Amino acid sequence: MTEKEKLLHSALEGSRRDLSRLLSMIEKGEELSMPEREENPDYMILGITGPPGVGKSTLVGRIISYWKERGKKVAVLAIDPSSPRTGGALLGDRVRMDSANSGEGVFVRSLSTRGNPGGISASLMAMSKLLSCCGWEKIIIETVGSGQSEIKIVAFADKIVLVDGPDRGDIIQAEKAGIIELADLVVVNKSDVPSALKVAENIRSAFSFSNENDSPEVLLVSAERNDGIEEMMELIQSSESPLWRSRIKIRERLLSLWDHRLMSSPKLNQVIDDIETGSISLEDGLDILSG
Amino acid sequence: MKIVMAKPGLDGHDRGAKVIARALRDGGHEVVYTGLRRTPEEISRIVMDEDATALGLSTLSGAHDVLVPRICELLRESGMGHVMVFLGGIIPERDHEKMFSEGVRAIFGPGSRTEEILAFLGKSESRIENNQPVGVFNDDGWHWN
Repeated sequence: MTEKEKLLHSALEGSRRDLSRLLSMIEKGEELSMPEREENPDYMILGITGPPGVGKSTLVGRIISYWKERGKKVAVLAIDPSSPRTGGALLGDRVRMDSANSGEGVFVRSLSTRGNPGGISASLMAMSKLLSCCGWEKIIIETVGSGQSEIKIVAFADKIVLVDGPDRGDIIQAEKAGIIELADLVVVNKSDVPSALKVAENIRSAFSFSNENDSPEVLLVSAERNDGIEEMMELIQSSESPLWRSRIKIRERLLSLWDHRLMSSPKLNQVIDDIETGSISLEDGLDILSG
Repeated sequence: MKIVMAKPGLDGHDRGAKVIARALRDGGHEVVYTGLRRTPEEISRIVMDEDATALGLSTLSGAHDVLVPRICELLRESGMGHVMVFLGGIIPERDHEKMFSEGVRAIFGPGSRTEEILAFLGKSESRIENNQPVGVFNDDGWHWN
């Protein structure tokens, strides 16, 4: 048995320490062959995304508590950007997830965008698979942002929740860009702030312009006051992706895997050099990398 | 380096810990801040889940005498003896030797410069590369100050 197989064996047996070490290996871009995850209706990968400052981490804290109270094992992968200048990162999501720090049944890993040579989405996919193989039933992926790339990151999740807040309206911008189709539910947090109602109205109204009558629900909650959380969880569990949404998700997953395959190719630097010197064309480079 | 910055025990002042967290980030490190009032058990679990290389503890309450040995012990017990522990805050001179003997590798009191802390981390990184011990388990007695 190789070192990696030993670690995997012990992680599957329940070693938290070795699970954590394997997650680091995946983060660094190593491949890991895992058993298929058991079919279990209780298993869910939940993607939470939205602009900075809307209360995603506080909301994630509430979701952890909700599942924890129901006896579920919850794992969180919280992604924060790293500084493009120094490569350093300050990962502070834990501070707002009080429920994350107590108990054996909660596992939280903070990740920066830096440590992922092949693109974060592919490593998140592998990490989620590993966690569910090791018996973590509920996996929450938290990412900052409301732009196209951030929503793409969570395209592999079973359910995707977009979070917005009062005085932001970022989701309406996202609606313009046509990426909101990936969301199964839109949550407007900080419902105790009066302008939150207005934001929710605006999002609903933006949806009403669409021809599809299966736009995601828009729900007002207050993570701080624990208001509307049960309703949100019920909606997350009961929402079913219409066929077209499932197809968009599959498309995004293919794109992420494609990115990953190109970016993690050992020939990448050579191909870039060759294109730079003009000895091969972009198309040649792509053929070499994908070959 | 992936570093967990933690505030153990009942002390509610984290300005210092936040300043250090920020400085380490600017120095190119990945810093996970735990928030206030963590128990030794929570801290050891956070270090495990994050698979951190180092743990920075900030304490101003005077309880380092109990909390630090307990945290170091928990790290050793749970297979994380390789984790490097450093301390900041109010640690009286007379306690330094005891802290070092528990496995702490550096102590930074008031007036410490962030450049010095970064230099310490750089030195630790090169020790790790050369397979020299920095963790709370395997000891050759090295400490920064």
